[in-house]
This record gives sequence, C-alpha cells and structure tokens, in this order.
Amino acid sequence: MLLKDTGNLLKSILEFNHAYYQVYAGASLTLSISKHRLYRREKHHIKDILSYYFCDGLSIESRSFMFAVQSLKYLPNPPILDEIMAYLPTILGRYLAILFVGFIFSAVSGCQSETMKGEEHAVLTHAPAVPAAIARNYPTKVIVELETTEVVRRLADGVNYTFWTFGGEVPGKFIRVREGDQVEFHLNNHPDSKMPHNIDLHAVTGPGGGAASSFTAPGKGTVFSFTALNPGLYVYHCATAPVGMHIANGMYGLILVEPKEGLPPVDQEYYVMQSEFYTQGAYGEAGLQPFDMGKALIETPDYVVFNGSVGSTTGDKALTAKVGDRVRLFVGNGGPNLVSSFHVIGEIFDLVHTEGGSIANENVQTTLVPAGGSAIVEFTVDFPGTYILVDHSIFRAFNKGALAMMTVTGDGAPEIYSGLQAESVYLPEGGGIQDINGEAPETFVAKTVAERIEVGGRIFAANCVACHQAEGQGIPGVFPPLAGSDFLMSDPTRAAGVVLNGLSGPIEVNGVTYNGVMPGVKLTDEQVANVLTYVMNSFGNKGTEMTPSQVANVRAGH
Amino acid sequence: MNRRDISGKRVLLWIGLLMALPSAALFARQTAKNLVPDGMVLVAAGTYEALYDNGGDVNGVAVSAFFMDENPVTNGDFLDFVRQNPRWQRSQISPLFAESSYLSKWAGDTDLGSLGPDQPVVQVSWFAAKAYAKWKGNRLPTVAEWEYAASAGQRSARGKDEEGFERNLLFLTNRPVPKQLPAVGHSQANYWGVRDLHGLVWEWVVDFNSALVTGESRADANLERKLFCGSGVVGASDFTDYAAFMRFAFRGSVSAAYAGSNLGFRTVRSL
Repeated sequence: MLLKDTGNLLKSILEFNHAYYQVYAGASLTLSISKHRLYRREKHHIKDILSYYFCDGLSIESRSFMFAVQSLKYLPNPPILDEIMAYLPTILGRYLAILFVGFIFSAVSGCQSETMKGEEHAVLTHAPAVPAAIARNYPTKVIVELETTEVVRRLADGVNYTFWTFGGEVPGKFIRVREGDQVEFHLNNHPDSKMPHNIDLHAVTGPGGGAASSFTAPGKGTVFSFTALNPGLYVYHCATAPVGMHIANGMYGLILVEPKEGLPPVDQEYYVMQSEFYTQGAYGEAGLQPFDMGKALIETPDYVVFNGSVGSTTGDKALTAKVGDRVRLFVGNGGPNLVSSFHVIGEIFDLVHTEGGSIANENVQTTLVPAGGSAIVEFTVDFPGTYILVDHSIFRAFNKGALAMMTVTGDGAPEIYSGLQAESVYLPEGGGIQDINGEAPETFVAKTVAERIEVGGRIFAANCVACHQAEGQGIPGVFPPLAGSDFLMSDPTRAAGVVLNGLSGPIEVNGVTYNGVMPGVKLTDEQVANVLTYVMNSFGNKGTEMTPSQVANVRAGH
Repeated sequence: MNRRDISGKRVLLWIGLLMALPSAALFARQTAKNLVPDGMVLVAAGTYEALYDNGGDVNGVAVSAFFMDENPVTNGDFLDFVRQNPRWQRSQISPLFAESSYLSKWAGDTDLGSLGPDQPVVQVSWFAAKAYAKWKGNRLPTVAEWEYAASAGQRSARGKDEEGFERNLLFLTNRPVPKQLPAVGHSQANYWGVRDLHGLVWEWVVDFNSALVTGESRADANLERKLFCGSGVVGASDFTDYAAFMRFAFRGSVSAAYAGSNLGFRTVRSL
C-alpha cells in the first residue's frame, strides 16, 4: 500500500500542467518504457518507471538530464523558442523535482545497477536437490549445458523402462537463473541416442520456447540464447515429434527464474516433479516395460510417480528437514496428461505460488499443478515425523506410485500435535478381527530362498510398510518393530498365524507392551511364506525359510 | 466345314494352350529370377500412403516396381567399397562430405577392428552412401520407396491391416540402441522379403531432406508448403503411426554430411 501511495504521489508530480511538456514527457517515457518492456508488468508500473530512470545503470543526474533533454528535443523550432524560455523555469523546476524524487526513491529502495556483468556456468542439479540461491544482484550471461540421453533405468522394483532424459535422470536437471539473465543454452544429444531431441523452455519468449532453434540429431550439439524476461518457475520439455512420446518417456524438468529481488531465504529447498508412465504391462509387472501408446491416448497410466520412479523419494531417500525449518518445494508436473492434486499429508502450505507465478496464496491444503506447469509451495515443519507427499487424486498415490516422503527430525511441541494419546479396540459389530478384503491374486512360485526374499520384499512394500515402516522399525508405542523383534523370531509359526488371521490385544515386543490391532492380510500361502521369509531375513534379522506348506498347516489350524 | 472339324480344332487348341501355359510360367519365373540382382528382392509397384499431405487430393504416391537390398549394407560390404575407392576412406574423405565421426568406430581406413563384417555399416554420410550405391550400380531409395517397402507386413503389402503391426513397429523403433549392433538378416523378412527395415538402424534415403522440419514440430503444421511439415501433426494422415513420426523427425534432424552411429543405408535398383 505504501508503495502504491508513493506511486500515486509521484504520478501526480509527474502530471505536468503544460500541454507541450506533457506531450514531451509522455513521448519520452513511452519510448523508454517500450524499449525496456516495462509495460509487461502493470502492477510494478510506477516502481519500474522509477527503477528505469534511477536504477538501470545510470546515475540519477544523467537520467534526469536525459529526461529533460529528450523533452527539449521534441520542441518545435524558432517560433516556440520564446515559449521554451518562458517555461524554462518550470522545466528546471521539474528537473530538480525529479532529481529529488529519484534521490529519495533510490535511497529508500536501495536499488542496484541492472547492467549485464560477467559470465558464469550454471550448476544444475538432479532431483530432489536444487541449486543454491542466486547471490548476484545484477544480471549476467549464464551458460547452461544439458545433455539428452536414452537410458534404461528402474521405474519400480523389478520394473525397468527406457527413459529419454535431460541429464541422465528423470526429471531433467534443475536450472536456476535470475530475472534479466542472458542464458546461452547448449543442448547436446549423446551419440548413442536413437532419436533427435530439442528443448522447449516455458521460460523462453520466442518461437517454440527454444524448440525451433535446438533440434539436435544424435551426436550433435546446438546453441541458442534467450533473456529470462519473466520471473517464475517454468517447465521445460522436449518437443520433437512424436511430442507426446518424448514427454511420456521422461523428457521434462524445471527452470527457476528468480525475481530480481530474490526469493526469501528458507532452510530447505527441494525439487519434486510428478509425471506418469504408460507401460504395456500392468503396475508392478516385472521386466523391461515398453511404452504403450494406446494407454497414453486414453490417458490411463500404470504409474504416476514423483521424481521418475516408484519410491524415488521414500525411506532413506526421503527429503529431510528439522523441526522449525521453513521448507520450499519447487513442484513441477511433466504430465504428459494428468493434472496433479499436490498435497502433503499433515502439512498446510503457508504459501503457494500458484502455477509457479508471482501471486502467493496462503493456507492451502492441496494445490493443482497442471501438466506442463508448476507451483512453489512453502511451509514450516513444526512437529517431527514422516510427512507424505501425494497426488491427492488418491488412487494414483496408493496404487500407482505417486507418493514421496519428508522425514522431519527434532523435538515436537505437544500442544501442536499430541501424538497418539489413547487407543482401544472398538468393535460395534462384535468381536473378531476384520479382514482386509480383496481376492488374493495369482503369484509365481519361488524356487529358492533368495527368490522368496526378493518377492517377499515387494509383498512387504505393498502390505506391511505403512505400519511396520521401511526398515521394520515400526512406530514406537503404536506399531511394534519387526527388526530384532523377539516376538517375531521366537515363534515363526505364530507369526504366520498373525499374518493370516490378524492379532489384537496386548503383546510384549522386546520388553515393550503394544496394545493394538493388526488385521489379517489376504495373501496366498506362497505370499505369506515369502513375506515372512523376507522379514525374518531382513533388518538385521537372521532366520530360516518359511515354506508355503508350513503356512498351509497354520491356516488349517495345526 | 462341319461342326466336328471345328470342335476337333478347338480341342487341339485347348490342349496346346494347356501345355504351353506351365512352360510359359516356368519361363517367366526363371527370367524374373535371373533378373533379380544378387542380395536384392523385388518390390512390386503400388501406392505409398504418405504420412503428410502431398498437396494433391489424395495422400497416395504411386511407386513403380523396384529391386531393394534384402539387408542393410554391412561393414564388410562397405570395406570392399573403400578398398576399391580410397577417396571414401576415413582419412581421405573431404570434410565437406562427412563429419569427423565418419567411420570413427573402425580401427583404421580399411580395418574394422572389433566390429563384425556382418553388422550394418553406420557412421556413413549421405554422400558416402550415395557413392557406394552408385559403385554397386544401384541408387539410394526415395522416401516413398523406402516407406512403401517398409509399410509391408508379414503377409501383405499393407501391414496396417495386420493385427499388432503398428504396435510392433513402435516397439522395434523405440528399443534403445544395443552396445553392439546385431548382424543383419536376423529379423523376419517382410512380405517383399526385405529384412531389418525397422529397429536395427535408421537408413538414409536419397531425398531425406525433402521432409524438412524446423525443429518446432508443433509449428510446422502451419507452414503452407509441400512437405514442409515433416514432424507436424496437423496435416498428417495417420496420427497413430508414431514410428513414422520418429523416422520423419530423424530425417529432418540430419544434414548430408552427418555420420551418426545409428544411421546406415541400403540400396535399390530400378527395373
């Protein structure tokens, strides 16, 4: 408001009462404005005019002098000369007024020179890392080098995919520049690539966002330059035909154009990008899965993931923060088709730069991130624990992989969140433990203990990890640990019974009493054998094999 | 003449015809067989359904019958060529005619090194491919010829009518490049008897740059010029033929001196 009032005041000072002067001043201002494209941002209008006149590299005096000279230049010849002389005191008066206002303005805003200086190579990062904030307060020439490669990588456990990448991973490397920077972009296509590629950066103003100038055959490189005119968080992607397929195979990333004044400092910054994959096999079907065009056309992906694979950002790869940290997430959505309902379970976004733009919304639970769009979200973590990042179009999170984690360490204030205070069994329909419903799917038969453990790990990830946690450590006081559990290891047959039939009531695990409910899990004998063999041979546990026939005995009640 | 005479003559005529037919067919087949050059197969005349509007009322481009190499040109074939034509050897070739990557995986001018003679030759420029074809008494295929031959399925000249054809092509085309290229001739021959058209290496065509793309594939469709919409989508006759989009995009990305490590060629001969 203050700025606006000051702006209006300045505006009235600039509203000259003499017709000639008004025309001249208007003409010279318009010329200058159009030259510097200041008109693009209405809301900073007054500020920008003043910035231009007083901040952009020239001293106040020379600016003011230029202003006056430019005005004089447009005066008609001799007949009016008298008039000039008549109004000279007014002109001089204005000159002094402008000089004064400019002086005040530059003193107040502490504005800096905006002349291009120097040259540097951009440091790019793989997700979830973000390059360091820009310390410069002037624009420079930034050289960005990005390589396109085609690589086979993990999409999910046991599932591989041929990714087309910017920088070797999905999503592409994060690029960070400053508003006004001149970016010299080098796109190099690896000689082993099969396809030509190009890049369309949404931060570019120009044909194809750079795609028209960066079409690059395998084993070649191209260079083009652009000025980062608009601040914001922008998606970049490949735009070579067939465009949909180049994006579907992983060719997208984010470029941040920091505003001139920079972003407020925070404790943690992370890069999270959602996208979906269309494979010929269903979710989890093992092997190298080819792209399925049919599924892409009807927009039914098998995988919706953060940062390029299922589990890319979970367990020991989770994002981290400490209690009290201010966290900023640069969230992108590569698509190719779906719009994300981005949400962090257990957090409220204090601030969201919706769609990566300048306007900030406050106190947001879930924010839409369009395909080919972004959002900057900020929140302060107040309580320790694991916070789950999801696409709240929720089946994508729990059945297609759109789930990432942030682990927050430190001490929690109980008034903010109490943790579990009491738990009891509530069974209005009478006793008995409820089953998790669903038909047990067909499964393949493990031949060796090693196979059992491998397959068991996947069953564990699908059914058990939510409560017993990725390292089998459980959650103290709520879900008992499996790692080093005497309850588990002392009686594997009992364990099989627990998996099959569930368990309720108090049990003692490693000297700690747990009084909870575990539902029976609908698994085949083979699957129970596999998951128990996995559990008994993981997290430091050393046990033997559990066989399907042992499980069958337990199921039969022996 | 009475009726019996006439019918007797007719019978004789028929017998004569019946005896002549098989021998004529045998003769024709023998002649055709002799006509087909070694290592080539006959591709009968037909119509290429252009991916992009050719400016006329129909998307069909008439293609005359031609002979086509059964397999892509191999390292061994190309070695013979450079031995007999030293100016196309790696150290001799003018930089105008090939980039520095020309045959750079060979151990020397006439030494394949660890590469197999049966692998398809790659890292050859359009100029070199054209010179090779000329040396063989052949020529490079046109886009229309190549695409027409490659549109054949296993059982018919129009693969699109066969179940799973496009899906299979997409799979083959999308497959990453193996570290070691396999030898030629191991894929199943198509209806014409041609092998390895899809998924082994990209192949030069003589008019590769007639389907120009600006690189901004989505904008190309706005350009109102024949064939100047190489990888655009608007104006394409078949939005689902992704493998064809990839071929056109690839052709649009290269220049004649380009010698990429996944680009080879095969030759054709007019009848």
